[in-house]
Amino acid sequence: MGAGHAHRLYRQGNSPVHTLPPHTKLAAAFAFVVVVVSTPRQAMWAFALYAVLLAAVATVARVPAGFLLKRLLIEIPFVAFAVLMPFVAQGERVDVLGMSLSVGGLWGAWNVLAKGTLGVAASVLLASTTELRELLLGLQRLKLPPLLVQIASFMIRYGDVITDEMRRMRIARESRGFEARGVRHWGVLAKSAGALFIRSYERGERVHLAMVSRGYAGSMPVIDEVSASRAQWSSALALPCAALVVCLLGWML
Amino acid sequence: MDAVTVPTSAPVPSLEVSGLAFAYPDGHQALFGVDFAIGRGERVALLGPNGAGKTTLVLHLNGILGGGTGTVTVAGLPVGKRHMAEIRQKVGIVFQDPDDQLFMPTVREDVAFGPAAAGLKGPELERRVRTALERVGMQDFADRPPHHLSFGQRRRVAVATVLAMEPEILVLDEPSSNLDPASRRELADILRSLDVTVLMVTHDLPYALELCPRSLILSDGVIAADGPTGELLSDEALMRAHRLELPFGFDPRSVTAGAQPSR
Repeated sequence: MGAGHAHRLYRQGNSPVHTLPPHTKLAAAFAFVVVVVSTPRQAMWAFALYAVLLAAVATVARVPAGFLLKRLLIEIPFVAFAVLMPFVAQGERVDVLGMSLSVGGLWGAWNVLAKGTLGVAASVLLASTTELRELLLGLQRLKLPPLLVQIASFMIRYGDVITDEMRRMRIARESRGFEARGVRHWGVLAKSAGALFIRSYERGERVHLAMVSRGYAGSMPVIDEVSASRAQWSSALALPCAALVVCLLGWML
Repeated sequence: MDAVTVPTSAPVPSLEVSGLAFAYPDGHQALFGVDFAIGRGERVALLGPNGAGKTTLVLHLNGILGGGTGTVTVAGLPVGKRHMAEIRQKVGIVFQDPDDQLFMPTVREDVAFGPAAAGLKGPELERRVRTALERVGMQDFADRPPHHLSFGQRRRVAVATVLAMEPEILVLDEPSSNLDPASRRELADILRSLDVTVLMVTHDLPYALELCPRSLILSDGVIAADGPTGELLSDEALMRAHRLELPFGFDPRSVTAGAQPSR
C-alpha cells in the first residue's frame, strides 16, 4: 500500500487484538478509561496493575513498547498543567529538595498524570490496532449519531485533498515572490484561508450533488455490517472487567 | 463516414428530451427549448462552447434541476418527483472532478454506495462492486483510498461507481479532461467496451470523433446541430459559428478509424 495509506498511529498486524470487531474494542477502551478514572488516587498499586494490564494487551497485540511509549508523548501538553499543580495549589505544604510543595497539589498532579497516561495509553493501543475506517464503522455500530459519523468519514476522505489544495496555494504565493514575514503579511494569509474555505465549501456542494445523483437521501447506506460473536465480546471486555476488579479492590482496601 | 442510422425502430429511446427550457432563479436563462432523443446503445457526444448550458442540461437528466418547461424521459419514465429514486439509478452521471465523485474512504465502499442506497446488500452487493471494478480494470484497487490513486485511475473508478448502479444511460462530463494520452486511450477502450447508452459532454473534439458516431451541438441553450460527428466537425462554418475549434493540424476528414455508426 502507498505511503500514508493508513494513519500514522496504526500498526499493521493480524494479532488477536487486531482482528477483534472495532465496536467491541471501542467499548472495551471506553469502559477501561471509565474504570481507571473512578479509581481512588491513593491506591497507587492499582494504577501499577492497570499499567500491567495494558502491557499484557500490548504484548498480545504485538505492539512494541517503544512504539507505544513514543506515541504517549502526545499527552505532554496536557500534563504540563499537572506539573504546575504542586506549586500553585493551596493547603498543607511539604519540603521536597528545598522546594515547598502543596500536598494536595501533589496528589492532584499524580491523579491527573496517572489517569491521563493510562487513558492515553489505552487510546494509543486502540488506534494502533484498529484502522480509522474500522473505528468509524464501530462508532456507527455503537449507534453514534449518523451525522457525526458521516462528518468524520468525510474528514478522513477530504483531509488530504484540502491539505493538497493548501499546499498548491502556498506554492502559487511563493512562486510570485511572496513570503510571510511578520504581521504585515497576515492579511494575505487570511485571504488565502478565506479562499480555501470557499473552495472547500463549493467542493462540499459538488460532492453533495454527486451523492444525490447516486441516490443519497439523507442517510448513508450500510455497506459493511460489523457484528461480533459472544466470544469476541468476552475477549474484548476481559480488559475492562479485570480493571474493574482492581478498581473495586482499590475502594475496599 | 457513413450516414448515421439512428435506431428509431427501437421501441423506447434511452433518453428523450423535448422542449426543455430553464432559467436560473437569478433570471439567467440557460436553456431555450432543447429537443433530442438518444436510442438504446448509442454513443452520442454533446459538444458546445463554455457557457452553452451543457452542465445545466446534464443536471436536468437526473432531476437535480427542474421546474422549467419541457420534459425529460429516461427509458420511458418521466423525470419527476414520483420516480426520482428510479431515475437516479437509471441515469449515471460521471462528474468532471473525480474527487467530487469519490467521497467514501475506500474505492470499494464508493462503488458500493449507489447500489447500497438502492437497498442492495450482502453477496449481491459484493458481486455488483466486483463486476463494476472489473469492467474498468480496477479490481485490484478495491481497498485503496481514492486519494492515493492516479488521476486516470480515479476517473476510471468514478465510471465504475456509476456502472455499479447498472444504469440505462451513462452521462460523462468532460471525461478526457486532465488525462494524459495513455489514460485517455485506456478510458476510451473502456467506454467502447461497455454495452450501455453513452452521452458524453465534451470540448475534446478528437475524442468525440473517436468514440461517438453521432454528435449534438448545444449552443446558446438550443441544439444547433445534430448529425454524424465526422460531418459536423468537417463543417468549418458551423464549427466557427459555435466557437468550436479543432486542435492545430487536426483534420477530421483524414481520420479513418473514427467511431463507426452504431449497430
